[in-house]
Parts: sequence; structure tokens; C-alpha cells
Amino acid sequence: MAALLEASGIVRRFGALLANDHVDLVVAPAEIHALLGENGAGKSTLVKILYGLLQPSEGTLTWEGRPVTIASPAAARRLGVGMVFQHFSLFEALTVAENVALSLPASTPIATIETEVARLSRAYGLPLEPRREVWRLSVGERQRIEIVRALLQNPKLLILDEPTSVLTPQEADQLFVTLEALKAEGRSILYISHKLDEVRRLCDRATVLRLGKVVATADPRAETAASLARLMVGTEVKEARATAHATGADRLVVKGLSLPASDTHGTALKDVTLSVRAGEIVGIAGIAGNGQDEFFAALSGEVTGDPGTISLDGRPTGALGINARRRLGAAYVPEERLGHAAAPGFTLADNALLSGHATNGFVRRGLIDRGAVTAWFQRVVSAFDVRMSGPNPEARALSGGNLQKFVVGREILREPALLVVAQPTWGVDAAAAATIRQALLDLAARGAAVLVISQDLDELFAIADRLAVISEGRLSEPRPTPSLDREAVGLMMGGIHGVAA
Amino acid sequence: MRVILERRDDRPAWLSLASPLAAVTLTMIAGAMLFALLGKDPLAALKVFFIDPLGDGWALQELAVKATPLILIAVGLTLCYRSNTWNIGAEGQLVMGAVFGSWLALATHGTANGPWVLPAMLVLGVLGGMAWGLIPALLKARLGVNEILTSLMLVYVAELLLDYLVRGRWRDPQGFNFPQSVSFEPEATMPILFGAGRLHIGFAIAVAVALVAALLMARSLKGFEIRLAGEAPRAARFAGFGTARTTLLVFAVSGGLAGLAGIIEVAGPLGQLQPSISPGYGFTAIIVAFLGRLNPIGALIAGLFLALTFIGGENAQIAMRIPLDVTRVFQGLLLFFVLGCDTFLLYRLRRVPNLRTA
Repeated sequence: MAALLEASGIVRRFGALLANDHVDLVVAPAEIHALLGENGAGKSTLVKILYGLLQPSEGTLTWEGRPVTIASPAAARRLGVGMVFQHFSLFEALTVAENVALSLPASTPIATIETEVARLSRAYGLPLEPRREVWRLSVGERQRIEIVRALLQNPKLLILDEPTSVLTPQEADQLFVTLEALKAEGRSILYISHKLDEVRRLCDRATVLRLGKVVATADPRAETAASLARLMVGTEVKEARATAHATGADRLVVKGLSLPASDTHGTALKDVTLSVRAGEIVGIAGIAGNGQDEFFAALSGEVTGDPGTISLDGRPTGALGINARRRLGAAYVPEERLGHAAAPGFTLADNALLSGHATNGFVRRGLIDRGAVTAWFQRVVSAFDVRMSGPNPEARALSGGNLQKFVVGREILREPALLVVAQPTWGVDAAAAATIRQALLDLAARGAAVLVISQDLDELFAIADRLAVISEGRLSEPRPTPSLDREAVGLMMGGIHGVAA
Repeated sequence: MRVILERRDDRPAWLSLASPLAAVTLTMIAGAMLFALLGKDPLAALKVFFIDPLGDGWALQELAVKATPLILIAVGLTLCYRSNTWNIGAEGQLVMGAVFGSWLALATHGTANGPWVLPAMLVLGVLGGMAWGLIPALLKARLGVNEILTSLMLVYVAELLLDYLVRGRWRDPQGFNFPQSVSFEPEATMPILFGAGRLHIGFAIAVAVALVAALLMARSLKGFEIRLAGEAPRAARFAGFGTARTTLLVFAVSGGLAGLAGIIEVAGPLGQLQPSISPGYGFTAIIVAFLGRLNPIGALIAGLFLALTFIGGENAQIAMRIPLDVTRVFQGLLLFFVLGCDTFLLYRLRRVPNLRTA
């Protein structure tokens, strides 16, 4: 059968950088085609070209046998290409139907849209209530709005960028059913992911990109996860290995911690109790927006409360600020790299000062000791193999993986007694993720207490000794990871308790 | 074709120097057009405005005298604006500094007193400006009140208070009912730097303040805190710097420096309290801070340039009968062009083909 879409010899340059280097891609009708690759492999550039957001420097696109130029997203939609981005563009204060209306001609009556949304959501198993405001919805439901928006254009090709990165396993399963239904209707799907298991389960073909080049086109069902990973990374990926280490006394103890929501869309913490022992990694699983941000703020001292609710090595720290807790040996890595963990426009040396000024001897009589800061920053860079463009670039100039290695590294090198880290490998390439996970394991092995708050279940199962789930501001009892099954944890993440016990 | 603004990925260093220079050039061009519309010879008018004041020693001294309050205030505002805190009320803080400091000058008037009076007046001036600046800061830190509105409105409160004092309690009894205080004793006035002329030690203080501020911004943890608060407020909290604390700090410093400028002005060139003690230095200093790229050394240079527009305006009024308000127009044009040119530091223009609506 003729290909639906054929891209051949696509080249895209950004200055000196070759983001796509003679990429060929063929998507057949009624096919779920995976686009695999690490961060920075050129996947996003390629799909932006297919969706008309970027123009190729060289190469041709063929749509149903005809050569085409896709000048804009509008042109792409006219051809029949729809796209669901990883980051949603929804207005929280508007309803589902109103958000859909924004992508349609202004004359369409809202009642028509509501019935259309209801029809599509029934037809494809995408449960959505058209009149609900978006801020009330889960991430999975928000994604469904984006999919419905795309389906209203009746696309022949639907591009999905890392659709499951924010979903629970159950929500992901539901999405897969929808995608299979779309395929059965003869639509094609270009599925961008680096989660190998789901690609093997769902996709008919896979095109693997590495450093801007196509390195393989494979049948994912005929490959193993390990062989696909090898294609993606180019070398054997060292899987971080949890060593069963002796755990010691309680270092971090949280007792009956409650905290009101920070703003109207936040989540209040309700009676959270937890302890982390020396030498142990405890994982907190949960879908974004279930109180993780508030929990991190309370643990770090960005928000203070009753002294007795949190203690470190037996000392009450609940009322202390973040620097006082750092002086007691705590270290923190927040979820947002740019803007929270690091100041985007500041150099890396200044960003080393940012979290270390109270503890690392960087400041004498109010003046910054530039030599000490630079020496420390260089230690972090070499110990964690942070790749940079210059001797001391701004944080924003680093790739996600390298900046993450830096913000994790600057805390770990302090040899903290307690490390609280949120989303340690969010949006980080496989090699950097492996480095970071190994560093966390090594830190715990040296006797620190490590608390990992993450939405990535694979990660938590790989490194955590015990696992608890946070849902609507409540934390479940942590259990040893080997005794848990993924399905049960997924249900708990979705707020269904009791079943898991 | 249509033109869009696109965020720059890089920020070339030469641009941040070229931007204020381009703004000055554009102001000159717009000014020349303005003079032409007024029926004056544009080149001659620009010469009177910007070149003639640099010609003789008297005018250079006057330039430094006018630049003194501008530099002092703008250095304070630099810290404020760097931390993303918007103190628009420096004019009021200047007035309150003058009022606080003058109180001592008037209280000790006519009595035998020592050389401690002037330093004490300066300290009181700083405290007065600081207190006035801390009102909007506290309102913001405690209640989340917008500091732009409160600091601006307090300007008028301060000005009316000064007006009340010089027309009422502090009026010179032998002053033929003119609304002004007695002239300050020599112990309560700023010493002159060079034998003749009007240049006083206030200018040396302003230069020293700018240098110290530049050093502290670059090298001290407080400077780091201020820069971080403006660059990434969430990261500032992560660094353990409370937002409220930073707001209070920068308002205290900028208010204090504006107060210092006020008392120096009264104890220097004016020598007495009057209903109006500033031709809008507190507002012009906002332009100085931006033209100086929110950098204390930049404020020093930009302060001298803005002082030129004050003197040039007076010159132009005398020599060419151009209204004095042209000075304000020039300053407004300059701020407009500075902010306009700064846009191109962050964005570039890109032409894109027209899109038909889908």
C-alpha cells in the first residue's frame, strides 16, 4: 500500500547544530508508528516540520503520493495532520467545550461543540464532561481535550508527543484503547516516546533517531526493550541497580503534617506521616498536583510549620527555614530545574552559590569568595560529567540532562544526611538519568536518607527500597517495593485506596 | 508579510551597550524634529542643549551639582528594579529626607553648635527617606498592596507636608511672609569642593555611593540576593531569601538614598527649605536607572547625561526662547526610546508570511 506520509532526506540546521541529518520516515495508512530517541535526538524537530511549525533546510515531504510543502500548522491541519503536544495549551478557567471552541472558527455555536465533544468522547472512549472547568480535571482528562480537539479536524495522521509521560498506568491503558480504535478506522498515528515497553506493546513500526540521524527502522515487537534501548543510546545502558544495603536509624521523621493549599488550585496536605532511615531510598509516587509541591515545600522549609511535625536526626526542624535545615545536613532538589532549582540567567557558578551559600563556606563577612565558588562548581562539573558550551555558561544554555546532573550533583557532593529530590530524571536523556539514579543509590549506600518524589513508576521501582503513594494530599503507608505490584500502585495513584492492600 | 517579535536565544554583549546609545541618538533625532516644528534651527538648538553646557567650568560644576541627586536616587532605584520591586516614589522619599534633615538645621539655628550638625542632618535625611520608603514596602510585604501605587501616592502626601511646614510652622519670621524657612547656618550647609563655584561634597558622596553599590552588587551575598529575587523569585526562596525581606531591604536602601539626596539638595544648592525643592529628580532618576542599564556605574554616567538635559533646557530657554518644558519632553522621549531599544535586547524582529486563517 502507498505510504500516507513520506519524509525523505530531511535536514534541519539551527546555526551550527544539525538537528535533523537526512532523516527518512515512512508512515503507512492505519499504522501506529513509533518515533524513538533520546532527548535531543531530533524527534521534536522532525515532528515540528511535519506539523508545519518549522521548515526543513533540505529534503522533501510526500503526502498520499503528492509532494507537499507544509507551511504552517493550519496547512498541516488542512492536509489531515493533527498533533497533541506534550505540554497542553488549555485555559484553566474555561470549560472543556470553551477550550475546544478556541481552536474552531469563532462562529461555531458552543452548544454544537458540546454535542460534538460528547459524541467524540463516546465514540473513542475518551470520557469528558464538556461543561467542566479545566482546572478541575486530571492531567489525563486534559490530554483527552487535546486529542478531541485534534480529532475534530478529522485527521488522517495524529502525532502524539510523549503522551503517557504524565499518565497513570490505567490512564495510559485507556489511551491505548483509543489509539487502537483510531487505527481500526484507518487513521495513522505517529507516536513519540522513549518508553520502550509501551512502544513494543502498541506500535507496528519504529523509527529510531540518534543525534539527528535515523539509526534503525525496526519492528518493535521483534525487538527486546534492551535491544531498542541499545539502538537509541548507541551503547549498552547501565541499569541502575539497587543494592540491598543495611538501613540504620530514622533520619527524617514526618509526623501528622498538615498544610493548607498554597493557592486555589493547590492541594492541602492531610496528616502525612513518614520516616526515612539512614541508607534507604523511599519513593513517593503520585500524579502531578496531588500535594507533591506542597510536601516538597514543607520538607524543604520553603513553607514552615509546627516544629514537631518534621525532624531530622531527632531535631525538630518543622519551624526552621531552608538554610537552617541545610546547615543540619539536609539537601533539596526541586522539580523545576529552571526557575526553582536554578536561575536561568545566572551562570553555573552563581547557581552553585544559590543553594550552597549557607553551608559551603562561599561567603565570608557578607562577601562572596569567588575562588571557593568556582572551585566547587568545577568539582560538581567534573564529578557529574556536566557538558557545557563554555567555561561558565548560563544555566539556561545547558540541556535538560546536563543541568539536572548539575543541580543534583551540587547537593550530593555536599554529602548530605538527607536528600529530598523531586522528579530527579524528568525529561532527562537515558544516559544522564542512569548517572543520576546511580548517584542517588550510592548516596544512600553511604548512609544518607534519600526521599524521591516522582511520577515515573519505572524509576521508583528501580531505585526505591520502600514506596508510598500520595493522592489528594494523603500519603499511604510506605511498603517495601518488592512486595508491591505496579497495578496496585497505579490504582492508588488514581485515588482508589483499599484495593491495593 | 507581517512582522513579529521573536525571543532571542542569545543576548550579545555589544547590544546591551548599543541599546542606550541608540536610544540617545533617537532622542536627538526626535528632538531635532521637535525644534524644527517649533520653527527653530534644529542643529543650533541641539548645540545649545547638549554641547554648550560642556563648554565652561561653571557649567561643568553645575552639571555635577544637578547630577548629584540623580545619581544618588538612581543607584537606589537600580537595586529596587533589579529585584523586580517598583519604587516610583523616590520624589516623596527625597522630600521626607529633606524635611527630617532640615528639622535639625532649624532646631539648632542661631545657637552655637559644632561640626556634628551636618553629618547628623545627613543621617536624619537618610532615616526620613528610609521611613517613607518602608511604608509601601511594609504594605506590600504584609498585605500584598501594589507598591507602584502606594509609593507614587505618598509623593503627594510628602509634598503637601513640606508645603504645610514651609508656609506654617517653619516659615522664616523675618521672611516678609515668603513661604520659606530661614537660611541654614554655615555649619548646616554642604562644604564647597573647590574654592569658588557651587560644586559641593555631595557630588563626591554620590560617586562614592555608586562605586560602593557596584562593588556590593557584584561581590556581596546581599547583592546576589537582590539580583536573584529579580531573576527568579522561586529560586530566591529556594536559596532561603524571603521575598518580603528583600522588598524591605531594597525599599529601605532606595528610600534612604533618595532621602540623602533630598537633604543634600536642601543643605547644598538651596540652603533653605522651600515649597518646591526638586524639579522632579525622583522621577527623572527612574530614567537614569534604566538608561544606566540598572547598573550603579551606568547610573553614574546616565545621571551626568540627564543633568545635561536640565541645564541644556535652561540654556535653551535663555538663548533661544524655547520653553523650559522641552526638558521634560526630552526626558520622556529618552525613557520611551530606552525602553523601546531594550525590547530588542530580548527580542528580534522577524518577518513571516501572512497566514490565512484556518
